[in-house]
Amino acid sequence: MAFISSGYDPENPMKDRITDIGPRNYEEFYPPVIKNNKGKWLYHEVLQPGVLVHVSETGDEVYTVRVGGARLMSISLVREICEIADKHCGGYVRWTTRNNVEFMVDSKDKVQPLIDDLQGRKFAGGSYKFPVGGTGAGITNIIHTQGWIHCHTPATDASGPVKSVMDEVFEDFQNMRLPAHLRISLACCLNMCGAVHCSDIAILGYHRKPPMVDHEYLDKMCEIPLAIASCPTAAIKPKKVEVGGKTVNSVEVNQSRCMFCGNCYTMCPCLPLADKEGDGIVLMVGGKVSNRISAPKFSKVAVAFIPNEPPRWPKTAETIKKIVETYAADANKYERLGEWAERIGWERFFEKTGLEFTHHLIDDFRDPAYYTWRQTSQFKF
Amino acid sequence: MAKHETPLLDQLESGPWPSFVSDMKQEAESRAKNANNINYQIPVDVVEDLLGVLELSYKDGETHWKHGGIVGVFGYGGGVIGRYCDQPEKFPGVAHFHTLRVNQPSGKFYTTEYLKQLCDLWEMRGSGITNMHGSTGDIIFLGTTTKQLEEIFFELTHNLNQDLGGSGSNLRTPADCIGAARCEYACYDTQDLCNHLTQEYQDELHRPAFPYKFKFKFDGCPNCCVASIARADMSFIGTWKDDIRIDQEAVKAYVAGELKPNAGAHAGRDWGKFDIQKEVIDLCPTKCMWYENGKLEIDNKECTRCMHCINVMPRALRPGKQTGCSILVGAKAPILDGAQMGSLLVPFVEVNKDNDYQEIKDVIEAIWDWWMEEGKNRERLGELMKRQGFQKLLEVTGIDPVPQHVQEPRHNPYIFWKEEEVEGGWERDINEFRKHHLR
Ligand code: HEM
Ligand code: HEM
Ligand code: SF4
Ligand code: SF4
Ligand code: SF4
Ligand code: SF4
Repeated sequence: MAFISSGYDPENPMKDRITDIGPRNYEEFYPPVIKNNKGKWLYHEVLQPGVLVHVSETGDEVYTVRVGGARLMSISLVREICEIADKHCGGYVRWTTRNNVEFMVDSKDKVQPLIDDLQGRKFAGGSYKFPVGGTGAGITNIIHTQGWIHCHTPATDASGPVKSVMDEVFEDFQNMRLPAHLRISLACCLNMCGAVHCSDIAILGYHRKPPMVDHEYLDKMCEIPLAIASCPTAAIKPKKVEVGGKTVNSVEVNQSRCMFCGNCYTMCPCLPLADKEGDGIVLMVGGKVSNRISAPKFSKVAVAFIPNEPPRWPKTAETIKKIVETYAADANKYERLGEWAERIGWERFFEKTGLEFTHHLIDDFRDPAYYTWRQTSQFKF
Repeated sequence: MAKHETPLLDQLESGPWPSFVSDMKQEAESRAKNANNINYQIPVDVVEDLLGVLELSYKDGETHWKHGGIVGVFGYGGGVIGRYCDQPEKFPGVAHFHTLRVNQPSGKFYTTEYLKQLCDLWEMRGSGITNMHGSTGDIIFLGTTTKQLEEIFFELTHNLNQDLGGSGSNLRTPADCIGAARCEYACYDTQDLCNHLTQEYQDELHRPAFPYKFKFKFDGCPNCCVASIARADMSFIGTWKDDIRIDQEAVKAYVAGELKPNAGAHAGRDWGKFDIQKEVIDLCPTKCMWYENGKLEIDNKECTRCMHCINVMPRALRPGKQTGCSILVGAKAPILDGAQMGSLLVPFVEVNKDNDYQEIKDVIEAIWDWWMEEGKNRERLGELMKRQGFQKLLEVTGIDPVPQHVQEPRHNPYIFWKEEEVEGGWERDINEFRKHHLR
């Protein structure tokens, strides 16, 4: 492993330095049919699950085959995607916001060979590499965060639960039988890098134990005022403690005030809170971001805690499946999960899904709580 | 022969959904074989050790990544995320495992030529594992050592004409929906606006000077496919002001069952014959449409542009021609003060390429001036808005209040009048007062 220089000279970091050039210009990467018809598209149609056609006012057509993918991808897999795009799509390909990959061709006869090629490729372990689907009134790819693969604050893994849940609802990835589309998202801690708080179903990693305090190192590694200021519930205060006969500056956590958000740990590595028994999953439901029919909505907590069950998170996957099936059976056409729950009422939602309603589902956090208590005698028995 | 046993992870190889475990194993094998004779600049067994440390997390139910670590490239405060393993002895290949955020091109279209260049670079100088893409939008190069950071940056900028994205307390990498490139609903060119502002604000993207992170996201229409309304400090949502365009012949074709409603998105189940009354007119939230004598009529003045009718009948209905975008501000995830949805600040602004989007930049820069002056450390824009009030936001942006700014007027009459708003001001003479009012 001999070191190879790219040309960068550490003695002279400013020499030939190029900065702030930004990303490559998107125009360089448009397939010709996109470049020629941008802004001229007339309409689209979903021909079959995972396959779209867009028709332009120029008469041109573009056929898109959408495939799911784990967002964690090796370069071998990316190279395989390139090989397919070279073979079928003139060397162009695109990714979607939800980590799907889209292969585009400019005529109908190129579609079936592309689909056959994609569906035919499998990993050594047996799973598809490029399953076709993810359009219309079904379930598309789960957007997610890093989890145990790369982050320091997660309360659950990301890639594993996503794989397990997608396996469970795979038929709805390749079918469009639901009343409307259903978006599932996962964030492995309350930071919500993936912003799951407006998803039809959100899987959220959650800690349930207050931080431990590493008194011996705290003052050396952390700014105590920052750690104190970081706590949304003012649960942290300064404290002097004895460690090995010496008095050191540290902090104390008022444990009954802690809501386990981990914000203090983010500011100070001497306040870790991860724990095998403490950590697990919160399931939230009924959010959406589109303005269609009803206004965007936040997701609501439907299950306050499910333990982490690696490697396959069976309880999480099974609960999600149950929610999806109840929604599929009961909702009206075009009705998103949250719109359905509001129409039938949340008391019915819990009855029909069989989920248990517990005191943890009643909000007790500051002002927002008040707006979620029932302020009418209109309710259902 | 794998370096570490991974009995738990192995169970994630079965089932139909693409297995990240199988993919990582494939990459580990490819590195071990090294068919192309790559002169790897970080340990060959990095992927095996990554699998090993993940297996350990599956056993322990806890992460094994250490908190933080400040690394980066010279002159930038963002774009690199430092990461160290807390079991370096067991997994030396990932003892140092930093991430680079590579600023994705708008719309996420790629040529394979460019992707292959990225792969070559990341094979030699990194782990060969990526995220395509991270939640913010960047391409994520997952895992390399400190010494390689400058080398990768050098190669990106010199050979690939490509920069890093943002992380830390700065402008995060902006992201957009596919928009006009392939979506007939787009009311403005999301890619161009996204790219233009990304280029314009490179300094803000790379050198943290803000109280906390700041995100732009661009949706071409109110369907909000990149979820801008829920997760961007400033969301740019395409919209229109004039009338929905109607093709009455196509409407008839939908009614007659010749065209499939919602572009065929409900094909997986038999929902019965399309019923325009039930599926469109009755679901219109403003009840501003009706079907009479074989014609669909819309009272456009009452329409709130929710997109439902257009989504159901894309061949018959199109957004109007007088297009632009609405700007909403202050969305964020729960930390610290609870989740916030974006609030409408600018109901309509033209998205004008010809003057380099100056109207939009004026709003952005007024907001930044305020937030940088008043925002506390780690306070998102939405939290500052809550703390100082929407009226303050209007004041600093010079925008006039309109009923569109509220869902409904305030519930409480605790109105903060300013002294200059009250005739005669607040200074009064108590002795004058006492002349007419005994103590
Ligand atoms: C409290 C302070 C926070 C810290 C220390 C933090 C830390 C991180 C880290 C280390 C990553 C990189 C993960 C990786 O690539 O390994 C990350 C990514 C990200 N964070 Fe945060 N985060 C914080 C708060 C938040 C909040 C509040 C949000 C959302 C409102 C957020 C949104 C994101 C997003 C969108 C990403 C990109 C995730 C991805 O690449 O998939 N972060 N954050
Ligand atoms: C031809 C291009 C597209 C069209 C015509 C289209 C159309 C739509 C429609 C009709 C909705 C539904 C709104 C609703 O019923 O509530 C929607 C929502 C959505 N689309 Fe797209 N879309 C397109 C491309 C994409 C792409 C490429 C992505 C990224 C993978 C995407 C992501 C989303 C998301 C995340 C939502 C859900 C918003 C929510 O949670 O409410 N869309 N889109
Ligand atoms: S959601 Fe939390 S645990 Fe997951 S990647 Fe983001 S900061 Fe890390
Ligand atoms: S975890 Fe959150 S609530 Fe608990 S002490 Fe830390 S900052 Fe405060
Ligand atoms: S937000 Fe609107 S314009 Fe953008 S892709 Fe979605 S439907 Fe199309
Ligand atoms: S866009 Fe929405 S509000 Fe407007 S006419 Fe159509 S359904 Fe009604």
